[in-house]
Amino acid sequence: MINEKYIRVLYIDMASKKIRVEQRADLMPYLGGVGVATKLLDENMHPELDPLHPDQPIIFSIGAGTWVFPVLTKTVAMFVSPLTGELGESYAGGRLAMCLLLAGYDAVVISGKSEKPAGLRISNNNVEFVDNRAIWGLDSEATGSAIRERSVGGGKRSIIRIGPAGENKVAFASVCVDSFRHFGRLGLGAVMGSKNLKAVMVLGDRSIHIQNTKEYFKVYQSIYKKCTSTDMMAKYHDDGTPAGVLPLNASNSLPTLNLSTTNFEHAEAISGDTFAKKNLVRKVACTGCPVGCIHIGMFRREFDKGHEYEAISVPYDYELIFALGSFLGVKSSDEIIHLIDEVEETGVDAISAGVCLGWATEALEKGLINEEQTIVKLEWGNTENYLKAIRYLALAKNKFYRDLGRGSKYASSVYGGADFAMQFGGNEMPGYHTGYASVVGFSVAARHSHLDNGGYAIDQGLKQFEEEAVVDKIFFEEHDRCMTNSLGMCLFARKVYDHQTILDALNSIGHNLTDQDLVDIGKRTLRLKMQVKEKLGFSLKALRLPKRFFETTTMHGKVDEETVYRMINTYGDKIKDMMKEPDPLLDPVHKTAPVKVAKVAVKAE
Amino acid sequence: MAKVLKASEMKKCIGCFTCMNICSIVNRQNHSLSKSAIKVRTSGGMAGRFVAIVCLACDDPACMEACPSGALTKRKGGGVLLNAEKCIGCHRCESACITQSVFWDDEENKPIICRHCGSCARFCPHKCLNIEEVADV
Repeated sequence: MINEKYIRVLYIDMASKKIRVEQRADLMPYLGGVGVATKLLDENMHPELDPLHPDQPIIFSIGAGTWVFPVLTKTVAMFVSPLTGELGESYAGGRLAMCLLLAGYDAVVISGKSEKPAGLRISNNNVEFVDNRAIWGLDSEATGSAIRERSVGGGKRSIIRIGPAGENKVAFASVCVDSFRHFGRLGLGAVMGSKNLKAVMVLGDRSIHIQNTKEYFKVYQSIYKKCTSTDMMAKYHDDGTPAGVLPLNASNSLPTLNLSTTNFEHAEAISGDTFAKKNLVRKVACTGCPVGCIHIGMFRREFDKGHEYEAISVPYDYELIFALGSFLGVKSSDEIIHLIDEVEETGVDAISAGVCLGWATEALEKGLINEEQTIVKLEWGNTENYLKAIRYLALAKNKFYRDLGRGSKYASSVYGGADFAMQFGGNEMPGYHTGYASVVGFSVAARHSHLDNGGYAIDQGLKQFEEEAVVDKIFFEEHDRCMTNSLGMCLFARKVYDHQTILDALNSIGHNLTDQDLVDIGKRTLRLKMQVKEKLGFSLKALRLPKRFFETTTMHGKVDEETVYRMINTYGDKIKDMMKEPDPLLDPVHKTAPVKVAKVAVKAE
Repeated sequence: MAKVLKASEMKKCIGCFTCMNICSIVNRQNHSLSKSAIKVRTSGGMAGRFVAIVCLACDDPACMEACPSGALTKRKGGGVLLNAEKCIGCHRCESACITQSVFWDDEENKPIICRHCGSCARFCPHKCLNIEEVADV
C-alpha cells in the first residue's frame, strides 16, 4: 500500500457472502502487481481441484506505483486457467487499477460460488453483494450499461463483467473492463462464471496524502516528459499496434489462414493505415496514461432493408486484426470490426476464438469434422458464418462447440488435427511467427503469452542468430517483466521505465530499493510462478508443439524442430539454476552463504 | 493581463485524467481524484464523449454572491479566490454554481475552488485545456 509497509488484501467469499481485510507486511518482498498476485494464488489455489471448482480463487492485484506515475495502469488477474489447467495470468487497463487504489485495496481474493447470479460493489467503506439474476444472460455492453445507469460516481468507478461465454464457462472467456479493455487471455471469464459472478464494480474515493511532494513531483515530471515529448511511445498513439500488420506481413511473420502461410495477400486492406483512414473515429486512454493507444474503429451496418443502419464501434488492435483477419482470411477492416464486436459482446478472448476457428475451418476442409457439427460452413473469409460460429461458441451450442470452447488443443485431441492446432501449452498462438525466439519464447513463457518475454521482439531485433544468446535474452525478459509487472506498468512503456527510472519512482514514494532488489523481485516472482506451475502439473520437458510451427516460414526462414527443443531444454536448465539461487529476503539460511564464498575468494587471491 | 483556464478543445480529450491528478498533486498534495478542481467525465460511459467540468471564470460570480461569510472574493480575470479561514463550510457556493464547478472536499469540509493556475493545462498531453489571457476585470 502506498505510504505504508504492508499490502492490503480484501478477501471475499461469494458463498457465505463474508469478507475480511488483512494488512500483510509479509507480502512486501513481492512489491505488488504480479508478485503479490502470484503469492496469493499460491496460497489460495487448490491444485487437486478442477480450475472451475468453487474453491479456486480469483486474484486481482494492482502495482506498487499504480496511478501515481504515468502509464502504470494495469491490474493483473491470476487464477487457475480453465484453458491450460495451469498458471492463469491476465492484464487489463481501463480504470480498474486506479479505482482499486482509491478504494484502498492492493489486492482482492475472490473465492466460493454464489448460489444465484450475483455482482459485487467494492468501495472504500463497503463491499456489497448485488442481485444480478436479471442481467445474467445479457451481452457485455448491455450488462455494462445496466450497471452504469443504476449507480452513482461516474469517473471514479470501474465496471468489469462477463458475457454469455463466461456464464457458459467457455475456457477462453474474457472479462470486459470499462467497455474498451479486457482480461482477455486464459479464461478468467469462465472462472467468474463458475462463481455465478456476473460483474464487479469498484468505486474509489479515498484521500491519499503525498509524503514528499517535491521529490515525487520531480520524478513524475521527468517520466511524463519521456512519455509525451520523446518518440518512446509516440507510435502507440499514432496508428497504434495495427501499424505492425504490414511490416510483419512483408517479413513473412503474419500468421495467415491457420498459419499455413505467413503472408496475407490482402494485408493492405487490413493494415493500420487502412483502419485509420476508413474506420478510426477516436482515440482514448486508460486512466493515468497520457499516451492514449486505444483506437476506436467504427463501421455502419445495415441491419434491415430500407436504409436501416446502426453504427458499431469497437476498440481494435493488432492481435485482433491478426486473429479475426489474416488468420481466418477475412479481408476487410469493416468485417474485422464486425467480428470484434461479436467477440466483445459474447465475451470471448479474440485471439483464442480466432485461432480455434482457424483450426476448425481447416479441420472441416480436411473432413475431420462435418457441417452438421459446425452448423454453418466455416470457410476462409466467410465473415457471416464466423459471426454465427462465435455466438455458437459462446453459447456452447452443441457438443462440437462445447469441445471447441475448451480450446484448440482439446478439440484436436477429440477430432484430430493436432498438427495444425496452433497453440503453445494449450494457449492459442499470438500474432507473431517471427523465428526461434517467438516459438521458443511462447513455449517457455510462464503463461505461454507473447507478453511474458516478448520473443517476437527479440526475433525482430536479431542481427545474428545464436542459440544460447537468444535463450539468455528470453530468460532475462521473463524475469525482468515479472518485476515491471509488479509495478503495474503497461508494457508499452517499457522503454520509458528503465531500472533507474523505476528506482527513482519507487524511492520517491517511500521505498528504499536498489537495482539488485529489482532483479531479486523479478526472480523471486518467477521462481514462485514456476513452483505454482509445477504444482498444477506443468512440465516443460513434456511440452510438444504442433508440427506446423516448423513447416511455415518466418522472417528468419523455417525454424528447425530439433533446435527449438534443444533451446527449450537450455531454458529449462536456466530455470533449474535459478530455482537453486538463494533469495536474500526470504531464505535467511542462504543469506550468509554468498558472503562466505566471497571471503574464500579473497583469501585465494 | 490576467489568465484563465479554458477547456476549449475537449474533442481532443483521450480521458487520461492527468489534469485531475496534476491538480490534486500541485494544489492539494494528494493523489485522490476528488481533491481536483477540474473534473473530466464521460457522458454515457466510456463510449460517450469526454466533458470537462471546471470553473468558467465568471465576471459576476454567483458562488461569491452566495457566500455568507466573505470567504470568496473576486479574482482578477474572472472566478473567485477562497480564503479558507473565513469559510464556514455551508455549501452555498456549491449550490449556487449552475455549471456545478464548485466541488466539495469532505475531508476538510471546504469547497474546492479552481485557482486558474494552469497546471492542468501544462500537463494536458493533447492541449484540450488552455490558459488564455483576458482583460483584468
